[in-house]
Amino acid sequence: MPKLLEVENLRTQFHTTEGTVKAVDGITYDVSEGETVAIVGESGCGKSVGAMSILRLIPHPPGEILEGSRILFGGKDLLAMGDEEIRHVRGGRISMVFQEPMTSLNPVLTIGLQLTETMMLHLGLGQPEADRRAVELLGMVGIGEPERRLKQYPHHFSGGMRQRVMIALALSCNPRLIIADEPTTALDVTIQAQILELMRNLTKQMGVALIVITHNLGVVARYAERVIVMYAGKIVESGTADQIYHNPRHPYTIGLLNSVPRMDLRQGGKRLVPIEGQPPDLTRLDGGCSYRPRCRWAVEACARSIPALEAVGDGQIAACFRAGERALDLEREFDLDEASGA
Amino acid sequence: MYQYVVKRLLLMIPTLIGAALLVFFLLRLLPGDVCEVRLAGTGLFASQEDIDICRKELGLDDSLYEQFIAFAGGYFTGDLGKSMWTGQPVVHEIQVRFKLSLQLAIMSTLVAVIIALPLGIVSAVKQNTWIDYLVRAFSIAGIGIPSFWLGIMIILGLLIITQAWFGAGWMPPINYVSPFEDPIGNLAQLIWPALATGYRYSAVATRMTRSAMLEVLREDYVRTARAKGLIERVVINRHALKNALLPVVTIIAIEFAFLIGGLVVTEQVFNLNGLGKLFVDSVGNQDFALTQHLVMLVVLIFVMTNLVVDILYAWLDPRIRYS
Ligand SMILES: Nc1ncnc2c1ncn2[C@@H]1O[C@H](COP(=O)(O)OP(=O)(O)O)[C@@H](O)[C@H]1O
Ligand code: SF4
Ligand SMILES: [Mg+2]
Repeated sequence: MPKLLEVENLRTQFHTTEGTVKAVDGITYDVSEGETVAIVGESGCGKSVGAMSILRLIPHPPGEILEGSRILFGGKDLLAMGDEEIRHVRGGRISMVFQEPMTSLNPVLTIGLQLTETMMLHLGLGQPEADRRAVELLGMVGIGEPERRLKQYPHHFSGGMRQRVMIALALSCNPRLIIADEPTTALDVTIQAQILELMRNLTKQMGVALIVITHNLGVVARYAERVIVMYAGKIVESGTADQIYHNPRHPYTIGLLNSVPRMDLRQGGKRLVPIEGQPPDLTRLDGGCSYRPRCRWAVEACARSIPALEAVGDGQIAACFRAGERALDLEREFDLDEASGA
Repeated sequence: MYQYVVKRLLLMIPTLIGAALLVFFLLRLLPGDVCEVRLAGTGLFASQEDIDICRKELGLDDSLYEQFIAFAGGYFTGDLGKSMWTGQPVVHEIQVRFKLSLQLAIMSTLVAVIIALPLGIVSAVKQNTWIDYLVRAFSIAGIGIPSFWLGIMIILGLLIITQAWFGAGWMPPINYVSPFEDPIGNLAQLIWPALATGYRYSAVATRMTRSAMLEVLREDYVRTARAKGLIERVVINRHALKNALLPVVTIIAIEFAFLIGGLVVTEQVFNLNGLGKLFVDSVGNQDFALTQHLVMLVVLIFVMTNLVVDILYAWLDPRIRYS
């Protein structure tokens, strides 16, 4: 499949009084047309910053996307575009759904205005056509009485309903890629599944590629074709969902899997094991593996240099000196045979 | 909304009665009265009889209860009585000056808004650039410069410039003419004090606009607006400004209400016959009748301004609904 998005050596930093925060430190990945990719990692590991860097929404100052980073979208480097050009990409070719449905819509403007202004801008529609399409979109995301709802303000909508509005907004200009940054984290558990389901169905239906960001490896399982695991601003492992769930090679990925309830495995009464310790301070990274302080498999070599991403399977890569060792598998706390047999 | 406004208007009555009680008794706590001031002012010995006669004429020897009923009753029926100092009807004393003061307050507020909104917005948008520093210096200077000094500078400046350009010095006219009869003469008199006062009062509003705007620009919905690809002007004017206006409206309204009675020094410098001077004079003369009604007028303006602010709030922020 043709590549839609190619992120190459993206580095984004914040210059603060406490020092330089290396929020995203040289990540490389790609997304094909129509593909769903999950980016997973604990809070603070640079997922949002990485996503916002794509649309150049990083506040500057204090943020800065470093020279040498490239983000190719349909072959064109978004980082080299002029302001005018990148504006047409934002909301038009790539759109975003944010984590906080309660605050991501403007409280003093009607839902109708917030939906139609984007379509009038990117699709060149007049008000009547934009209104008609807005009604259609609200219907698509499952909001009843769309005509009446258009005249209402965000505070008339519940969190889940607002996230549906955000999805309608994201889809409104026929984008090629939607970036959903923890779209369900702020919602009730019962609504989370509905929203994820809705996003999957609509993106598949319309052939839109989707990057879904989450801190929870458990939920993403059913929705992504590929999974990218991030730790402390770097990609530490990536592969197909199947590879990541059934044959993880990086200790951090294994830790994440052991810390969440899984729908695809019978856990056989095993308790969930959270990863001990805290992610490192991104202003004080040393020259070794950043997962080292929390890693049960750490050896002397891990302190000496930073492990590079290397192939560990067909298309699967991991950044760990010991990724090839079977010992890791044996320590995993879920039953492999049962998993592959399911 | 209509019901709400009616309710608020009715609620004004207890507020006004409370204010009337307060001002009435506070004034009576002052030592002395208008008769002592007037008779002492002649520099001659004032006999107790003379003072008593004067008090009797003015009703100051009535019981406090009777005096209060006369004052409050008069207020609510529109019969404000006579000034104890000049003997002129209070309505007349206030009326001539109120027109000038109201117009000056409106013009000063307009000047303040015209200065504060754009400057506050650019200084927030260009935070920590030289534009921001310049705006902040300009507005701090507005607070720092004493209004009498600024007033004198304006008058002197006018004199010097007209002298240099036209060969004859020109000063703003002293007599108030209605803007409906002689708009040019009216403006020639009031534009200068309005500029001086407006500049001074723009400082607080500028800073308020700047900080409100900075806060709003960090909101998630502004990020959403940018992520939609809107041009920056639309992001600022449509998505950010309306949210930032709420605190600014409050500040401007409070300033406006204050300006109507509070421009004592400016009136002095520009030789204006406004409410500020009347206020000071009437308190100095212990002219209870006039002072009471002046205070009541200012209270009424504050209460009305508050109502207008609340209505503006509902218009700016759809989450606010009164019932
Ligand atoms: N505006 C900012 N200024 C300074 N540091 C920031 C800013 N935004 C994000 N960061 C830092 O960048 C790192 C990554 O943040 P983020 O991408 O939001 O994490 P997450 O993976 O939870 O989305 C964090 O350490 C955070 O403190
Ligand atoms: S490189 Fe070493 S410290 Fe880092 S994850 Fe692998 S084993 Fe653990
Ligand atoms: Mg985040």
